[in-house]
Amino acid sequence: MGLTLTQKILSAKIGREVKAGELIEVDVDMVLGNDVTAPVAIKEFEKIGKEEVFDKTRIALVPDHFVPNKDIKSAEQVNIMRKFAKKHGIVNFFEVGQMGIEHALLPEKGLVLPGDVVIGADSHTCTYGALTCFSTGVGSTDMAAAMATGKAWFKVPEAIKFVLKGDLQKWVSGKDVILYIIGKIGVDGALYKSMEFTGNIKALSMDDRFTIANMAIEAGAKNGIFDFDEITEAYVKGRAKREYKIFERDVDAEYSEVYEINLDEIKPQVAFPHLPENTRNIDEVGKVKIDQVVIGSCTNGRISDMEIAYKILKGKKVHPDVRLLIFPATQEIYLECVKRGYIEEFIKAGAAVSTPTCGPCLGGHIGILAKGERALATTNRNFVGRMGHPESEVYLSSPAVAAASAIAGYIVSPEEVE
Amino acid sequence: MQGKAIKYGDNIDTDVIIPARYLNTSDPQELAQHCMEDLDKEFKNKVQEGDILVVGENFGSGSSREHAPIAIKASGISCIIAKSFARIFFRNAINIGLPILECREAVEGIEEGDIVLVDTDNGSIKNLTKGTEFKAQPFPDFIKEIMKYGGLINYVREKV
Repeated sequence: MGLTLTQKILSAKIGREVKAGELIEVDVDMVLGNDVTAPVAIKEFEKIGKEEVFDKTRIALVPDHFVPNKDIKSAEQVNIMRKFAKKHGIVNFFEVGQMGIEHALLPEKGLVLPGDVVIGADSHTCTYGALTCFSTGVGSTDMAAAMATGKAWFKVPEAIKFVLKGDLQKWVSGKDVILYIIGKIGVDGALYKSMEFTGNIKALSMDDRFTIANMAIEAGAKNGIFDFDEITEAYVKGRAKREYKIFERDVDAEYSEVYEINLDEIKPQVAFPHLPENTRNIDEVGKVKIDQVVIGSCTNGRISDMEIAYKILKGKKVHPDVRLLIFPATQEIYLECVKRGYIEEFIKAGAAVSTPTCGPCLGGHIGILAKGERALATTNRNFVGRMGHPESEVYLSSPAVAAASAIAGYIVSPEEVE
Repeated sequence: MQGKAIKYGDNIDTDVIIPARYLNTSDPQELAQHCMEDLDKEFKNKVQEGDILVVGENFGSGSSREHAPIAIKASGISCIIAKSFARIFFRNAINIGLPILECREAVEGIEEGDIVLVDTDNGSIKNLTKGTEFKAQPFPDFIKEIMKYGGLINYVREKV
């Protein structure tokens, strides 16, 4: 039987054909850590007793969770990263002022490319699969071992194939597609497996693809991966500073399941607390009043997310009972928002706009919820206590639904505020 | 290893195992103080050295924070038996040398407070309170070797 896209990449890396279920050790092209996971990894790296890292150009250290430093403890954590980066001459350490949310930043800087094997000590590392590479989240100890050896161990995954058909309806985006899929297969529907997206992927922009691959982990997947096409090529062109390799699945590749996804049938989705699989179509939501709206994160803080929020918010006012927080995901995206006049309109509408940070997505800082409060967020998780008090609630949606709801004061379709 | 079972349900995510508000530290003892607190405020008081965590499907889903298995290990838990693990938690537990086993039948056959005897080498799980026995799938040799060294770092140090 033939190989899946993921299996093709892994086979090329180890120089022989892999089989689903076998354990392999693979050379990695990029190793990533952030201010939560890298300090633990650095401590573990030092226990190994190696003087140097395996390759100072293949490690990315991005403080993004609790920066700009929210308190003394988090300042200390970032300082561990900063000193380590200096000591080992790590090229890709991104200081506040240059940083962005890691999973928006690395593709933007051309640090992750088609055909790569990437590990990151952050669960949303699966985002880069949008660029037709194998990219997966690991823990700090994996990161430490990879910084020393340039290798990581994996179980070769089976895959589920998602064949996309048709086109997206108005107000429907990549976020709605992935929420719809998670609603269908569940939060462990792709446990240990790859999610491979093929078919009419031309219906999806690069930003839509990043959003979809980003949330593969929310279905339990090891990685999410898209076919390579001219949209991928156009994105990578001008960003890539090294050679990359294009892979295709075998025509007779074996899949554990195959789903046909009719994009035309997907309506804007909302995930209810406290699991991303608790999805409903926007017209089945009912009147859910909200206290806070968050637009941003590694899932939805890219320029097209900002653009749709701008189009909806322009000339409107945020509901007086709602706090609207907007986080462009990187400095480049932020600057583009300034140039295009988005920030001015956001502020006029009554939004608070922040420098890039993971911030409230994980209940870190800047926008923590009080007991009993309810937020609608373009983030990726709505677990108990995710954005603050254990008795607060998070609903998940696209930037379009989030922006419209900030105006209405409760969860609505963008059609209702048009 | 032998200990008292502490039991929870399905989809226990790493945000409730150790909430992000405590991730500005990586000190195991400090993390253990807050382990499970958004799910069960009593966990920290009832857990004793050697206790065994018995949980449902998709345990440890969500964030890749190794602070989650670190907090569980530092709280005194000697082993986790789950119906299934989320994959990053699975590898993190192995990498830090926290013994884990997957066994659906054992999870259904063990109640909170039962005394459980586990042999991770051969996958044997005995419920001493009820006098029943279960068999988990033993790990592949590569994973057994990492566990034998007490985690990935010791393993790598040996190989480098």
